Amino acid sequence: MLIRIVEHIDLSEAPAYLGSEETGAINLFVGMVRNHSKGKKVLHLDFEAYEPMALKEMEKLGLQAKEQWPLYEVAIIHAVGHKLPGQPVVIIGVSSAHRDASFEACHWLIDELKRTVPIWKKEFYEDNSVWVNAHP
Amino acid sequence: MEILLFGITRDIAGKAKLTIPTGEDLQTVGDLRIWLGQQYPAMAALNSLAVAVDSEYADDNTFINSVSEIALIPPVSGG
Repeated sequence: MLIRIVEHIDLSEAPAYLGSEETGAINLFVGMVRNHSKGKKVLHLDFEAYEPMALKEMEKLGLQAKEQWPLYEVAIIHAVGHKLPGQPVVIIGVSSAHRDASFEACHWLIDELKRTVPIWKKEFYEDNSVWVNAHP
Repeated sequence: MEILLFGITRDIAGKAKLTIPTGEDLQTVGDLRIWLGQQYPAMAALNSLAVAVDSEYADDNTFINSVSEIALIPPVSGG
C-alpha cells in the first residue's frame, strides 16, 4: 500500500504505483480545492493533520478495503498546508482485475477518510475563516 | 500530563498543547472531558469531540497518564 501525507500532491505518483501487468482497472479519485463554498468565494484552504494517527487510520482503511473487495493495491495520499483553488488535496487510488471492485472500493475509501481520518480543513473566505464541520 | 490540540480546539485554547496542572486528578478520558468542559465551554459546543490516546480513538473509560500521548480530535474534515 502507498499511504502518505505530503506538502504537494504529484498526480502521477499513485497511477505509477498501482500499474502492473495483472491489473485490469485502476480507479483514481482526486479531491480538489474549489473556489466557492456555501455561496461564498473561497480564497484558500489550510489542511492540518495529526500525522501519526492519520497515517495509522489511512492504513486501516486500506487494509479494510482489501478485505472487502478483490483488490491488488491501494494508494491514499493527502496533502497538508496551504492550498489554492484548482490544487489537488487528496488522491485515492485502487487497482483490481475488474472495474466494479475498484469503483466501489475507491468510493468507500474517500467516504471513510472524510469520516474517520484526523485531518482538518480551514476555509478562508474574503471576510472570515471557518474550520469545516466544527459547528452545527 | 499534556494534551495535543488540533484544528478548532487549538484556536479555542490559543495554543497547540495543554498542560494539565499537577493536582488535577484526571484518570480517564471521561475525567478529561469534564475538566475540558469546565475550562473551555466552547469545546462543549462543538459538533463532536473525540479523544485519542496513543494515536487511537479512545472511549471515556480509557485510562490516561503522563506517559500516554493524548490528543483532542474535533470534527474531522479531510478530503
